[in-house]
Amino acid sequence: MADLSTDFAGIKSPNPFWIASGPPANTAYQAHRAFEAGWGGVVWKTIGDPIRNVSSRYSSIDYGNMRMVGLNNIELISDRSPETNFREIAEVKKRWPNHAVIASLMVDTRENWHDFVRRSADCGADGIELNFGCPHGMCERGMGSAVGQNPDVAATIIGWVMEAATIPVIAKLTPNITDITAAARAAKRSGANAISLINTINSITQVNLDNFVPEPFVGGLSSHGGYCGPAVKPIALNMVQSCASDPEVRLPISGIGGITTWRDAAEFVALGATTVQVCTAVMHYGFRIVEDMIDGLNDYLDGKGFENLDELRGRAVDTVRKWETLDLNYKRIAEIDYGKCIGCNLCYIACEDGAHQAIALVDPAGYGLGPGRVPNKPVPEIKEEECVGCNLCSLVCPVHDCITMVSVENGLERLAWADYQTRLAAGDATAFAPHP
Amino acid sequence: MPLSPKLSADQLEANLADIAPRYTEQQASVESSRCLFCFDAPCITACPTGIDIPAFIKKIMTGNVTGAARTILSANILGASCARVCPTEVLCEGACVLLDRDSDPIKIGRLQRYATDHVYENEIQVLRAATKKSGKRVAVIGGGPAGLGCAAEVAQLGHDVVIFERKPNAGGLNTYGIAYYKMKPEISLEEVELVKSLGVEFRCGVEVGRDVTRADLDGFDAIFIGIGLGDGQRLRIPGEELPEVVEALDFIEQIHTEPLHRVPVGARVAVLGCGNTAIDAATQARRLGAAEVVVIYRRGERDMSAYAFEYDLAKQDGASFLFHHAPVEVLGHDGHVTGLRLVQTRFNASGALEQIGGSEFTEPFDMVIKAVGQQKQSDWLAQLFPELEMNRNGTMKRDFDTGQTSLRKVYAGGDCANGGREVVNAVGEGKKAARGIHRFFGETEAIGPIQPSRWGVAPGPYGSGFDAPIRVPDLEAKYEQLSPASHPAPATSALTSMNQE
Repeated sequence: MADLSTDFAGIKSPNPFWIASGPPANTAYQAHRAFEAGWGGVVWKTIGDPIRNVSSRYSSIDYGNMRMVGLNNIELISDRSPETNFREIAEVKKRWPNHAVIASLMVDTRENWHDFVRRSADCGADGIELNFGCPHGMCERGMGSAVGQNPDVAATIIGWVMEAATIPVIAKLTPNITDITAAARAAKRSGANAISLINTINSITQVNLDNFVPEPFVGGLSSHGGYCGPAVKPIALNMVQSCASDPEVRLPISGIGGITTWRDAAEFVALGATTVQVCTAVMHYGFRIVEDMIDGLNDYLDGKGFENLDELRGRAVDTVRKWETLDLNYKRIAEIDYGKCIGCNLCYIACEDGAHQAIALVDPAGYGLGPGRVPNKPVPEIKEEECVGCNLCSLVCPVHDCITMVSVENGLERLAWADYQTRLAAGDATAFAPHP
Repeated sequence: MPLSPKLSADQLEANLADIAPRYTEQQASVESSRCLFCFDAPCITACPTGIDIPAFIKKIMTGNVTGAARTILSANILGASCARVCPTEVLCEGACVLLDRDSDPIKIGRLQRYATDHVYENEIQVLRAATKKSGKRVAVIGGGPAGLGCAAEVAQLGHDVVIFERKPNAGGLNTYGIAYYKMKPEISLEEVELVKSLGVEFRCGVEVGRDVTRADLDGFDAIFIGIGLGDGQRLRIPGEELPEVVEALDFIEQIHTEPLHRVPVGARVAVLGCGNTAIDAATQARRLGAAEVVVIYRRGERDMSAYAFEYDLAKQDGASFLFHHAPVEVLGHDGHVTGLRLVQTRFNASGALEQIGGSEFTEPFDMVIKAVGQQKQSDWLAQLFPELEMNRNGTMKRDFDTGQTSLRKVYAGGDCANGGREVVNAVGEGKKAARGIHRFFGETEAIGPIQPSRWGVAPGPYGSGFDAPIRVPDLEAKYEQLSPASHPAPATSALTSMNQE
């Protein structure tokens, strides 16, 4: 069994799976349930001056039979008093001393930050997460993403926090910014101990076509909500990798954004995250999903021969480079396993209408077709000389491993755009002819 | 003993309730989102009317249910009844690619019913009568599925149509001959109304040959024959004339024309024959309250023409099967059926069926349902159209792509032309004939070439996809190149693809 225990900027937890600050982390009751289910940490729902929420708070998008591929919300920070929240954190820590409990904070003035930071430490929290990310409601009051979108303001506030902090401080970043690394660098230079990302993305999920009010509907109006769930994972991975690969950041990262399975978690770790935080998947299925996450990640690490998460961490960070470093001479093409082909011909039409016209439909005679394949229907055939290896056919194919992309040895030397430009300038290369 | 009804109206209502009830919105949503939206999907190819199935399923998924029904009904005017009565297991659903992946094809019939029910129930008109009229007139003989398929298409192409129907109501077997638990006659009558709404004139209760003469018909610019099959085959055994010996189709018609609690049925019923009609009769006899139903077939289990799923249904309904037995006499007492004298049969060395001498025995029955096939209406045809060229099996010679017979202005389709197949084949053939007639009138191309990407489907009397849109023009050249012999060029009005059936 691999060791899943984690040390995140000095915050220890039995595994990297934390409940993200949000509705599942609202009360001691929920924290107890989370830890009983196996979660390694809980980032408390953001504590600040008590707010008042609206009724009707979440909205989502479905895809086919899949519910809640993306979720958004216009719920604000905790609507319970700071006293209640800090008292409950203390209770939870008492019962779960080896699990991580992080106080998420959002206040306004320097004095208030000092006060809340001290009270967090006093109640026994293992760390503090600064909510610089909520893109709805609180930002209109100069907090949340209004802070995160302005690195200098964020740096100032982190400075205030660090003046009073005796436990590790995590700055939670908003993705609603052009360059996430600017915010990450601000966290670094102002002394934060770690960063977590991403917070939710500005969004409108759907418009009611009868009353023309987007959801969530609040008495005839709606508002921009924070978007999360499986649909945002690619955006989060991109930003996590950007921060992990930035030499001016070099902070532990808690990855957040659409994590639903152990596989998602492993991808975040491979791109540099030390812990991962989950909210939407718990809102969808409950705390019990962590069982598969722990199990699956463990088996995966064992299968790879990794003894702990450190061996996985960051392994994929350095394989993401600038486009100009990619080999222009690398070639891959699609290969169809006719024993698996079911004859939907989606690969054909995707390539024909949507990509590069590199698949033909041909007479099926001579192809070893799958057992139930409708006979005599034309079969797709890759035009190898036309195939640019774009992957689209393999992406639309509804059968596992039916279309695979295979590397082709073409005998050409590695040539990246940057090298090519250098050689062109030196007169060592001739210009590429455009594709006919 | 004379036959009598066996069950109460409530029991009968429950026993004969819809075997495949309409999907709820939720079910339709879940099922439709499973569809892969195949390109040039095999299910379309397998549909004798060439409905663009993935397109209508996608529309159900997006909530465009009216559009889904439009897609269905514009390809198949009887889309609502076909949704219920088609043997989808051997047609569209049997071709679904998901069979090969998950062994679980899309429930196309159920989805089709969901969409068509939506427009019928909400009285949404998705098809429109032609606004431009050609002035040409077409006579359609027979208001069954073939005739309706032809008439609806001819009318939409801008010609006037009159349907001559012998029975009081049009719809043919859809109105009178479908197992009651699959479809109620009201559905068929609604479809007749839809055809009427396209401007088709119906003359019901009219017998062509008696009330309408050949000279009357010759006054039309074209004639479509869709008269179906005739009376049931005779057993030619003693006792056949006893009152409790009934034709399967007459028995089923009774269920459709009389209140269920007045339909008489035997206590111990023999069904002779083992086709799909025999199954329909057997299951309905059971559901009407027959204590025992025995299906008797002179050949073996593997030889029956009933579909496997129909056979399973009859067994589930408690019918038993007696293979390799043939009736030699219907026994009677006081003018009523009391049983059958049966003989065992076997295939001899040369493969011919023979009776086994000395194996005769009697079995008590109080009702005998004959489902041994129907006769062709050759006499009627010979009388009315003596110059028609016929096939040896009693069907008309015709061009499979256009339905044109050996007479230039006479077209045919459905059971009378194909010898007896599914409702959907009849609709498809009626539609093809309508396109043939349209082109005969000198109108623009009405019969598209066989869609090249469907070259797996050989053109034939029951084939499909003849007028589906060609979505990939350059495939045509490839198709010609690859399999030049397997496909004739699109038929012209001459009988280029006239085949012997």
